[in-house]
Amino acid sequence: MQIVQADVAIIGAGGGGLRAAIAVAEADPKLRIALVSKVYPMRSHTVAAEGGAAAVTQAHDSLEAHFHDTVAGGDWLCEQDVVESFVAQAHESLVQMEHWGCPWSRKADGHVNVRAFGGMKIERTWFAADKTGFHMLHTLFQTSIKYPSIQRFDEYFCVDLVKDDGRVQGAVVIHIATGEFTLIQAKAVIIATGGAGRVFRENTNGGIVTGDGMALAYRHGVPLRDMEFVQYHPTCMPGTGLLFTEACRGEGGFLLNNDGYRYLQDYGLGPATPEPRNKAMELGPRDRLSQAFWHEKQKGRTVKTRHGEVVHLDLRHLGEKKLRERLPQIYELAVEYLGVDPAKEPIPVLPAVHYTMGGIVADGKTASTLPGLYSVGECSSVGIHGANRLGSNSLTELIVFGKIAGEEAARFAKAQGTATPPAARLLEQANATQAAAQGLRASTSGTERVATLRKEMAQTMEDGCGIYRTAVTMQQTCTKLAELRQRYKSVKLDDHSHGWNTEWLLAIELGYLLEVAEAMAHSAFNRRESRGSHQRLDGFEARDDVNFLQHSLAYFQGDGPPTIAYGPVKITRSQPGTRAYGAAGEKADAEQHAKENANG
Amino acid sequence: MAEPTQTIEIQVLRYRPEQETEPVWQSYQVPFTEDMSVLQGLQYIKDEIDGSVSFRWSCRMAICGSCGMMINRKPSLSCQTFLRDLLPGPVKVEALDHLPIERDLVVSVEPFVKKLESIKPYIIPKEARALSEGEYLQTPAQLEKIEQFSSCINCMLCYAACPQFGLNPEFTGPGVLALLHRYNADSRDGGRAERMEILNAEEGVWSCTAVGYCSEVCPKGVDPANAVNQNKVNSALDYFIRFLPKKGA
Repeated sequence: MQIVQADVAIIGAGGGGLRAAIAVAEADPKLRIALVSKVYPMRSHTVAAEGGAAAVTQAHDSLEAHFHDTVAGGDWLCEQDVVESFVAQAHESLVQMEHWGCPWSRKADGHVNVRAFGGMKIERTWFAADKTGFHMLHTLFQTSIKYPSIQRFDEYFCVDLVKDDGRVQGAVVIHIATGEFTLIQAKAVIIATGGAGRVFRENTNGGIVTGDGMALAYRHGVPLRDMEFVQYHPTCMPGTGLLFTEACRGEGGFLLNNDGYRYLQDYGLGPATPEPRNKAMELGPRDRLSQAFWHEKQKGRTVKTRHGEVVHLDLRHLGEKKLRERLPQIYELAVEYLGVDPAKEPIPVLPAVHYTMGGIVADGKTASTLPGLYSVGECSSVGIHGANRLGSNSLTELIVFGKIAGEEAARFAKAQGTATPPAARLLEQANATQAAAQGLRASTSGTERVATLRKEMAQTMEDGCGIYRTAVTMQQTCTKLAELRQRYKSVKLDDHSHGWNTEWLLAIELGYLLEVAEAMAHSAFNRRESRGSHQRLDGFEARDDVNFLQHSLAYFQGDGPPTIAYGPVKITRSQPGTRAYGAAGEKADAEQHAKENANG
Repeated sequence: MAEPTQTIEIQVLRYRPEQETEPVWQSYQVPFTEDMSVLQGLQYIKDEIDGSVSFRWSCRMAICGSCGMMINRKPSLSCQTFLRDLLPGPVKVEALDHLPIERDLVVSVEPFVKKLESIKPYIIPKEARALSEGEYLQTPAQLEKIEQFSSCINCMLCYAACPQFGLNPEFTGPGVLALLHRYNADSRDGGRAERMEILNAEEGVWSCTAVGYCSEVCPKGVDPANAVNQNKVNSALDYFIRFLPKKGA
């Protein structure tokens, strides 16, 4: 096995991993950085983010307002000290992206423009047309080329972490082109592998979003926090789940039921005004909008298609010119994939899984419970999203916390000094990992197809852990996942070759997916309340702050299901209040404000 | 979901260097529905028929740039090419032209990335600015000069389309030249002179013979041929400017 020495290894080279790599390089150019990614960096799923990145920008906006929107949007399950620090660093982090060349959309005077976004009281979302993630990712990737200390391992697949002396000491990776193994010995490791949306059937995510880093940390005893909170994005393409950005509604799009009626006004989000109104109607938060869809479907007020029930996203009144300028990719997707011209017809949409709020437990400085291990981005639970993420907070999260993760990992690596680590003991672990992975590749005795298990997993997650949940359906999902993990041991591959054996990698990914799915399902089953994106129909319809104003923590238990523990939520300024939108929300905001002023 | 009622033949050019000395065609029958992309056809093959077929894909929405391949001899993204447009078949799928095949539909991306790295694809600030001073001002008109060229998704379809790149793999090629132009044309950038050396070399713009097929196959309307031609003008100017007496020297 080849051995590579690094100071900091970063697993994942999307927005978070690239930003972290640059931060390490800038902290100390002498630090050796190994940036590992199973795809070329510009293929990472950050590329698909559309709408924008939030930061307080306008004179009449305030950090306090961004803080409150985020905490209330997260149904008070956010780490409030982390949110405070996040909103304070957001603007400078986006300016840094601008200095690096990100082609942000501009106002006539040359300043960066901002747009409205769901759950945000004031327009504060920076955007690059409707390809914000794409532009941020390419800007970061191309900028990273400036730094010679960043050694990239493009198309290297991470298959394990190695530990010694109570801390993480590196990672074992497979060179996809050859199937050969490398041990990357590192003093600190940052996981930046993105989310796990592919555990669900209908989702907006790329094929690579398979929870790899979450599963790796989890297997090594780091808890996964708040995994029951999975965001359904309300406006996705039927059949494929592809995303129509929230910016469609930020720009003024309507959601209509089968009567052409703006049904959101029936769900506490009204009144229905013709112009977009922040934190109301179509600019409500994603959890509420997806839940409203579910109710409309129950009432028979949705439209039947061959890919299931849909509602209509109506952009016609915005006109072709504005659509082409502000939403060019949406325009293209609707025309090419659906044969729908959005300037002339409404787009059929339905909710699909989009984002995992939870992830690897991280403190406000991105450190996990395993010394030397950090995480950033969707794989991480740094605590800013709570029970429901607001759109456009996550792109900013990548760069704010990517920078912090890089600086912290650099500091940790330097503190370890230059002592030669015990390579022999690490190599022993790496060899065991290699033997297991090669065993999977060579196995001819199994009976189960990877795709069959993957589809059954995705279906049971949708059935049991969808927009609305009950103990019965969640229990069925937990039982099914246990069965699938058992059957996974009998996976059989068609392909036993070494180079570019993607069936083998899919099988390893399936192992990650199943474990992450189990953490989600058991965390959901144990949360006997409704909060944010976790909504129950079986007697736990209300939020229960007495018993569940707590983070869930899923601990890996080998072949068995995880144990679920709970940890405190950090409250600084905002006591849990009524989470309301539309006219009711304005009233609740005013009351909350008065209460906080009274408390001084 | 409605049951598929018909099938379509997809022929894949297989090449597995561990077991084949040269590429061979393999044929698969795939159930076909009206809204299926070529990528979905390949996924069906991999999931249900033959797990050994290798190809890259991820986003499914023509933005990650992974799934470029020759489809009926045309460089295409398989996720935004639909089987309904290729009836009655067979649909012939091959690795992108002009790039070394690693296996099946997977080509080597390394030559492209090395070229990209060589052109300094990042802002070299014209004037330094502290973060505390806020953003550089850039008008919508200035943004428009770079927006199109910054939309390159690095899918390499233009490399498969470029006859010059096919003849001379050292040619910087359309996509990277478009990105070079993207930075040179950015109002915040002052690195043009540093990049001109690359441009003026034989492998730079002058290899281009203005066939224009690169722009035709580009899935994002980047129009690399336009970028290359603007660079020819710049490169020529640069050449003549060298002979002018330097002001204030």
